[in-house]
Amino acid sequence: MIDLLLGPFVEFSFMRRALAGCFALSLSAPPIGVFLTLRRMSLMSDAMSHAILPGAAVGFLVSGLSLPAMTFGGLAAGLAVALLSGAVTRSTALKEDASLAAFYLVSIALGVMLVSLKGSNVDLLHILFGTVLALDDPALLLIGGISAVTLLWLAIAYRPLVVECVDPLFLRLSGRASAVTHLSFLGIVVLNLVGGFQALGTLLAVGIMLLPAVIARFWATTLPGLLPISVLASLVSSYAGLLLSYHAELPSGPAIVLTAGALYLLSILVGRNGGLVWRMRRPSHAAA
Amino acid sequence: MTPDAVGASPPALTFRAASFGYAGRPAIEGIDGTVRRGEALALVGPNGAGKSTLLKGIVGEAARLAGAVDLHGFAVRNLAYLPQQPEIDRSFPITAEEFAATGLWRRLGPWRRYGPGHRAELSEALARVGLGGHEGHLIGALSGGQMQRLLFARTLLQDAPLVLLDEPFTAIDARTEADLLGIVRAWREEGRTVIAALHDLGQVRAVFPTALLLARRAIAWGPTAEVLTPENLARAEGRPLPDAGAADAAETAALAALGSS
Repeated sequence: MIDLLLGPFVEFSFMRRALAGCFALSLSAPPIGVFLTLRRMSLMSDAMSHAILPGAAVGFLVSGLSLPAMTFGGLAAGLAVALLSGAVTRSTALKEDASLAAFYLVSIALGVMLVSLKGSNVDLLHILFGTVLALDDPALLLIGGISAVTLLWLAIAYRPLVVECVDPLFLRLSGRASAVTHLSFLGIVVLNLVGGFQALGTLLAVGIMLLPAVIARFWATTLPGLLPISVLASLVSSYAGLLLSYHAELPSGPAIVLTAGALYLLSILVGRNGGLVWRMRRPSHAAA
Repeated sequence: MTPDAVGASPPALTFRAASFGYAGRPAIEGIDGTVRRGEALALVGPNGAGKSTLLKGIVGEAARLAGAVDLHGFAVRNLAYLPQQPEIDRSFPITAEEFAATGLWRRLGPWRRYGPGHRAELSEALARVGLGGHEGHLIGALSGGQMQRLLFARTLLQDAPLVLLDEPFTAIDARTEADLLGIVRAWREEGRTVIAALHDLGQVRAVFPTALLLARRAIAWGPTAEVLTPENLARAEGRPLPDAGAADAAETAALAALGSS
């Protein structure tokens, strides 16, 4: 039994590296996801993760499957789209979700096109779905660094972030904290997507950010509950997903995100806070 | 235009030919005058008169198109401003207690310690607005009146020398209204300056010694009794001046018109 649960990680260093990378991501990305869903910015993070694709693709065109080049390209493109879509929303009649949808469709098409110019379909798959079983030292250091920076930022910006979420006008009138908080939040989102991109690829990076966050909504009502539960859900998904992919010989990235998906389904059914089972038992609370 | 009766105290806020508006179009123009420290000024006028715009102009949420606003040494972040439609996300999972505690932001900022003194101040503020026992409730579970009480609790904690209130008593129950009016009175007694946009002239007469009647410009500014005359109200409404015999009827009509807006 213990061999079944721990064996792969004891035996193979690539499994240990994958687990370490996923755990580091699990500490930082889900709390950011919690704030994204609370601010109704889920689509925004989706668009930003896709926007990373063409940036990473340009890095790939210039220097092949090189981590620094693709990371830098992805970071630049993600930040650019975050700021551009905000600008388009402010200066045109288009609602933000529509402008984001436009941005991310264009981003995917452009990214796939750019990668195909030089690379093979395998390269494309690596960029889209990540290579969690092939995390090298620089990639692990990058993910760990991003995780540490994110946790530090959360510790520093927690108060203004909460006020900015619940009453932006109040914070705006209280000094410069509002703009600083909002912009640094967008920066942290992009950083975490770039970190997730190393492991899960541009398409699935959002998975480890948003799925744990929505899972947590079914189990807790306040931030002191939501944040740790989202981290826990992500840790469990990473571990179980990697184990599943090893024993059943499934692709690892999708296995991790699917495990989170299974936890999400389970939460919809039996989650303490709004799960279907509880709603059916107490019909009078169904509307609440 | 400022009343001489309170002329002795130093100024809190001075408008100099100030105009405010949105997208370059003025909503209120040519405001000139001074609000003294400790004064309680009511902004009165029909719908669209620019009451909200004037308050937004003071905090910079409406653009200043001409003239100047002098806060006499204070900055916007020192003020407390309660908008008519706050941009509050009521679905955000935060408790009443935590929400009220954001009123300490100016004093605590992002890092300074939230100590036992602050905790005591917080529970006192919640008790004063009648929300004792609701500390742990999520803000989404509060009624409209309770939410307004909570906003007053936060304003109490802001401890601001100048408090701006935009229609603070609309759509709340009579008891909440009475309780919150009591807090406005207390602010006055504590020497804070209060500027409130109101539509209930009875409230204005009872609690606010001075009034500014607006109709996209200042119609009258001074002691409430001298401002809220049938003639002035008719001018603000853009109606013909009432003759002496019809004055009472005119005032009743004006009251009704303002009250329903």
